[in-house]
Amino acid sequence: MKRYTIFVITENFIGILNRITIIFTRRGINIDALTASESRIPGVHRITIEVTVTEETVIQLVNQIEKIIDVIKAFHHEDSGVVYQELALYKIPVSRLDGGLEKIIRDHHAKIIAAEPDFVVLELTGHKEKTRELLELLKDYGILEFARSGRVAVAKRMLTIDSFVN
Amino acid sequence: MRGADIVVRSLIAEQAEIIFGYPGGAIMPVYDALYDYHDQIKHVLTRHEQGAIHAAQGYARISGKVGVCLATSGPGATNLITGLADAQIDSTPLVCITGQVAAHLLGTDAFQETDVMGISMPATKWNIQVRHAKDIAPAIAKAFFIARSGRPGAVLIDITKNAQVELEEFNYSPCQEFRSYKIHHPVDLPAIQEAAALINSASRPYLLFGQGVVLGKAEAELKFFLDKSGIPAASTLLGSGALSQEHPNYVGKLGMHGNYAPNLLTNQCDVLIAVGMRFDDRVTGDLSRYAKQAKVIHLELDPSEINKNVKADVAVLGDCKESLATLTEAITGKKHEAWMAKFRALEQQEKEAVVQHDLTPTKAGLTMGEVIHQINQYKADDAVLVTDVGQHQMIAWRYFNYKKTRTQVTSGGLGTMGFALPAALGAQLHDYSRQVICVVGDGGIQMTIQELGTIMQTKAPVKIVLLNNNYLGMVRQWQQMFFDKRYSFTELDNPDFIKLADAYGIKAQKVDERSSLQEAIEDMLIHDGPFFLEVVVEKEDNVFPMIATGCSVEEVRLH
Repeated sequence: MKRYTIFVITENFIGILNRITIIFTRRGINIDALTASESRIPGVHRITIEVTVTEETVIQLVNQIEKIIDVIKAFHHEDSGVVYQELALYKIPVSRLDGGLEKIIRDHHAKIIAAEPDFVVLELTGHKEKTRELLELLKDYGILEFARSGRVAVAKRMLTIDSFVN
Repeated sequence: MRGADIVVRSLIAEQAEIIFGYPGGAIMPVYDALYDYHDQIKHVLTRHEQGAIHAAQGYARISGKVGVCLATSGPGATNLITGLADAQIDSTPLVCITGQVAAHLLGTDAFQETDVMGISMPATKWNIQVRHAKDIAPAIAKAFFIARSGRPGAVLIDITKNAQVELEEFNYSPCQEFRSYKIHHPVDLPAIQEAAALINSASRPYLLFGQGVVLGKAEAELKFFLDKSGIPAASTLLGSGALSQEHPNYVGKLGMHGNYAPNLLTNQCDVLIAVGMRFDDRVTGDLSRYAKQAKVIHLELDPSEINKNVKADVAVLGDCKESLATLTEAITGKKHEAWMAKFRALEQQEKEAVVQHDLTPTKAGLTMGEVIHQINQYKADDAVLVTDVGQHQMIAWRYFNYKKTRTQVTSGGLGTMGFALPAALGAQLHDYSRQVICVVGDGGIQMTIQELGTIMQTKAPVKIVLLNNNYLGMVRQWQQMFFDKRYSFTELDNPDFIKLADAYGIKAQKVDERSSLQEAIEDMLIHDGPFFLEVVVEKEDNVFPMIATGCSVEEVRLH
């Protein structure tokens, strides 16, 4: 089993996400992360799905996704074939702050993006391994909440979606 | 005009001749519109929405056109789901239109509201909800295009009640393409050359054909390929009829209850050519021991079927009508007499071990096989066989003499009991003059027996042959073979079917001994109108050959 990123280029129609996820639930496959956004072309959406499966399975998944009528194109890549980023937010109670936190923030290049009377929110962008590492350290500071986005990714391959859209 | 009129006008524009349906609150405006157009489009009122959709499937399979089905919201729509799933898995083109509560009530648990979009999504090729009259005609145009093109399938359009009563201009333009839907794959010439090279150097090539040949209208191309190549060919369940069984290369049927030689020799061929079939588990048995010795060539329209179950050494993506013709040109003509003789020798073994028992039994009890055998003696060449699911389905398929294409209607992929009676009605309504023979079991017929009412009302001259063993026979066979004869809830106390048919005004006859079988079948087939023939058959007879679950094709058993 390997980690794959599946890109789905699709029409922006109601229910399309449901049709895509059905393909995973039918086979009992858990989606590790999923993000959806508009693309460079108006009316065309892109969905990025992270999944850990065998190569054989990912090919079948992509074929079945591409079979969905309103899907324009689907591809899969290994981690080495994409440039990707994730964003994590950490909510820390003010009562637990001490001098050690400064070093952690500096070492990880994290940012404080909000400060309230009761808590501060740190932001870190990076791969899962990196955001998880910070989470472990912040457990000593009584972390209140942790949220991480799905993968935002672009392919390394020099291929644009225009050729599929027209 | 009203959205409801647009619905009907759009169906007429798509040359729909017949709608199978059932009215209800949320679809009433469309029914009101149908009242005005009854001279341009027929509507058949079934007795249940499941009956309507199976009838539409039967119609679609025989006519090659899109079956159309109409139902109301809520329970009307949910009753369609089995038929949608059945049509989708068997690639049957359907457009189903359901009424829906008014748009402002969506999501509020209004009366007869159900999330049809959500429920039907996994069972359809495409579905759409229409909430404005202006979107109705484009949705119907797209629906027909999607249902019939590429690999055909089931499509559902959910139309809210407000859209049916809104006023809008009617402008219909058929849909011919849209950017996300690519169905034309030009024939891959290098793949054809590679396939031809494999075929030309093969000493034991073997061809399997499925319903793709029928859907692709490639029957003639298949025949030319076989004529030239001399390659033995076997059919899947749904492929039956694509090639006349009298063709010299035809060697039989594949799968769990198919013929002996076609299954066994799958593991002895050196090149396996699969045309328009999807290597269903009922065909392959244990995949890890399926045709491992062979190079596989797969001619297939649906890219997601390639390498799904069986890895193809050469995949020829595209319409088999084109790819088969191109491949035929690229191969050299041959005969494979020694290889063909192997099939014939095993066929002889099957005759002695199985067919004799089934067709010329020595015991008093009637067999299902001899009933089908008698039907063969009197049926027309283009008679349609419609079957339900179970022992009778496998026996009828095994022994029916398929001579023409589109003579077979059965529930293959989904295995839907209750399919046959309404499907036969639909097939018959496509052409009153065609012989439609509906072979059913006593279990399945009772799942949709209310459709005798529709047969009565339409006077569709369907010939119903009930093979009654007072058992859910296929389940009982498995209980006998794999569950120590523990016959758990498979025996049926049945009604008097003859009285029941009589109550519906359908001529009926019961046969329980061999001496009266032949005459009864003759009478049935010449009768002008529907006929119900009940044949009491041996209670505990089994279907063989058989590949038990988890076994390999080469472990096909004769007893």
